[in-house]
Amino acid sequence: MATAAFDTPKLKSYPVSPLVQVGAMSHLKPFVANAPIQTALGFPGELVDDWQDKAIAKMGELLGKYRSLQVYMDACVHCGACSDKCHYFLGTGDPKNMPVARQDLMRKVYRRYFTFAGKHFPRLVGAVDLTREVLDEWYSYFNQCSECRRCSVFCPYGIDTAEVTMAAREIMASVGMGQKYSNEIIGKVHRIGNNLGIPGPALENTLEGLEEDTKDDTGLDIKFPLNVKGAEVLLITPSADFFSEPHVESLIGYAKVFHAAGISWTLSSHASEAGNFGMFIGNYEQMRNISMRVREAALELGVKRIVVGECGHAWRVAYSFWNTLIGPFDYLDPRYPVPQHICEVTDDLIQRGALSFDKDANDDRIITFHDSCNVARASRMGNMPGGQFVIPRRIITSVANHFHDMAPQTIHEGTFCCGGGGGLLTDDLMELRVKGALPRVEALKNVVDDHGVNFMATICAICKAQFTKVLPYYGFNMSMVGGVHQLVSKAIRLGDK
Amino acid sequence: MTLLTIFYTVLFYFATGVFAIGLVLKIRSYARAPAPLKIATTPAPVTNTGVGLRMAREVVFFESLFKSSKWTWVFGWTFHFALLLVVLRHLRYFQETVWLPVVLIQPFGTYAGFALVAALGGLWARRWLVDRVRYISTPSDHLMLALLISIGLTGLAMRFVAHTDIVAVKVFMLGLMRFDWQPVPADPVLLVHLALVAGLMIVFPISKLLHAPGLFFSPTRNQADNAREVRHVSAWAAALDKRS
Repeated sequence: MATAAFDTPKLKSYPVSPLVQVGAMSHLKPFVANAPIQTALGFPGELVDDWQDKAIAKMGELLGKYRSLQVYMDACVHCGACSDKCHYFLGTGDPKNMPVARQDLMRKVYRRYFTFAGKHFPRLVGAVDLTREVLDEWYSYFNQCSECRRCSVFCPYGIDTAEVTMAAREIMASVGMGQKYSNEIIGKVHRIGNNLGIPGPALENTLEGLEEDTKDDTGLDIKFPLNVKGAEVLLITPSADFFSEPHVESLIGYAKVFHAAGISWTLSSHASEAGNFGMFIGNYEQMRNISMRVREAALELGVKRIVVGECGHAWRVAYSFWNTLIGPFDYLDPRYPVPQHICEVTDDLIQRGALSFDKDANDDRIITFHDSCNVARASRMGNMPGGQFVIPRRIITSVANHFHDMAPQTIHEGTFCCGGGGGLLTDDLMELRVKGALPRVEALKNVVDDHGVNFMATICAICKAQFTKVLPYYGFNMSMVGGVHQLVSKAIRLGDK
Repeated sequence: MTLLTIFYTVLFYFATGVFAIGLVLKIRSYARAPAPLKIATTPAPVTNTGVGLRMAREVVFFESLFKSSKWTWVFGWTFHFALLLVVLRHLRYFQETVWLPVVLIQPFGTYAGFALVAALGGLWARRWLVDRVRYISTPSDHLMLALLISIGLTGLAMRFVAHTDIVAVKVFMLGLMRFDWQPVPADPVLLVHLALVAGLMIVFPISKLLHAPGLFFSPTRNQADNAREVRHVSAWAAALDKRS
């Protein structure tokens, strides 16, 4: 589809906070979900007549259900600590993309309807009625947040804009103003089993094709099993891993790891998707229903472990929420954490000496690692805090010789979102996606210039899809991006050890 | 009793009531709202002891703010620490036998008064000089700073410019606490100082000053990172489990 032309920002050699440019992104909003998409999820098909009352009632309900929202509506002091932390602000200069201003879009309505000061002295505290203009502004700017939580690292009270964005999207969907991209995908998960809408037979075909390709490459019978009862591991991976480049290279990597370690595993056509867009739209029931397929598949197939593939927000939902949503996991092998990240599996095997590598096979690559936002700031790997930073890097340096990190303030907990997370990976938001990638691409350019980096590894399906699309805008080759297990796949020694 | 004394007596009871009851109600409402999901900002401590330490670092050192902006941290931390010393220094007006720590802190509390006003000046300057902060500042943000600076300046004025009768002030305050009401000293600077402090207490539970209790209830800071080890379920979320 055609989107209005825009200029790709210039890359600067060191980070500079832009000056405020009021309204710079006010024109941009994603397509609104149509009636069939909305009603399939139980939302009204179009904006309901009494939307204002309904929205305020919903806000009241959410304030009572989520302590985070209630505290975060009150606690902000407008100190400005977050004001230069959002990649969308850094890339666009639009002040409403500052986390505090984005939250204030809801806070000023909260104050008007739920606080003494806002009811009686609205001007003084910046409280406003929920008008159609305000709703439209919500729709625009709460769909310009990728729920990456970078702001929450720097807020002195830990205010997480992602919580506010989720609440706002939940309120908007409940009055008939859902976002097309996310809600359409959630419909597909329920109807077909995954976000890409790949039906079971097509998935089976794809996996058979992968077995043949891998056989051609390696001469070995490396399996990509589907719906195998009694397998030890159920692998839940983003459906992009089945079809998209470079994602599929990592799927081949997982298969080789399982093969080399002699671990029996299976995919499930019932739960052929790790992604959980229920989180993006802030809907607890959707998030739970989508997760429930995993529990059902695990019980049906009688597996002993659940392993999650390379996917950022999926890992957040799996790591942080699954135990709450679909636990307890008392039917699985208690010797392993549930769920386990594929990087934890591989790293553990490497540490125990169960895998061996030909590191030179990756010598054509000088590698850096992009910490995916939801892995970095909303989950963990391994036993110690920060394991989510250590483990992927330890894998990379075990399978390749050349590795350089990007600037310290742009990795680990300070990492920048790729620009396409949180339900924004849609063509109608391309301008936002390109501009939002600016801080990451600037950091990348520095290691390209200083160290000759030519490959950025990452462990998220959205990061991979987003970077392959937006890097060319900045003059980089789309094949610079790939998965950690893509590197594993290249170097792993199979059968000959 | 003069009208003035009646006014200030009533004002302080009212302010104390609003402050205490308002704060209790707010804290109760925070405490009652469930946190259905584990949303600690990671890397986060994996134990509750660790969470206590993280929270202590936030409260005492403003750790996250330090990561964010050194200028805001310098001004913000200085202001809060100075305010703590000043409040401790003022405890002597409420104690018949003054605690030893409060006695020892007196000279530091005096210097802290200057630091407090200077730091507030820095925070206010940011609201004008940094275009991002200027954009997000509301009238109430400016008024809050004006209120705090006025309290600081009137306090310093009574200490360094025109001494007020602090013995009479103490008699008035102890009278309030013992319900044995005594006349309020009719020093205009003191009266302004006291009225502003009462105003601060009144707005506390209905303003952004709620950041103080709010921090302790912030799930991104007060949760341990143990989602895989401990199943976390809130009441309304558990009800969904029963339904299906």
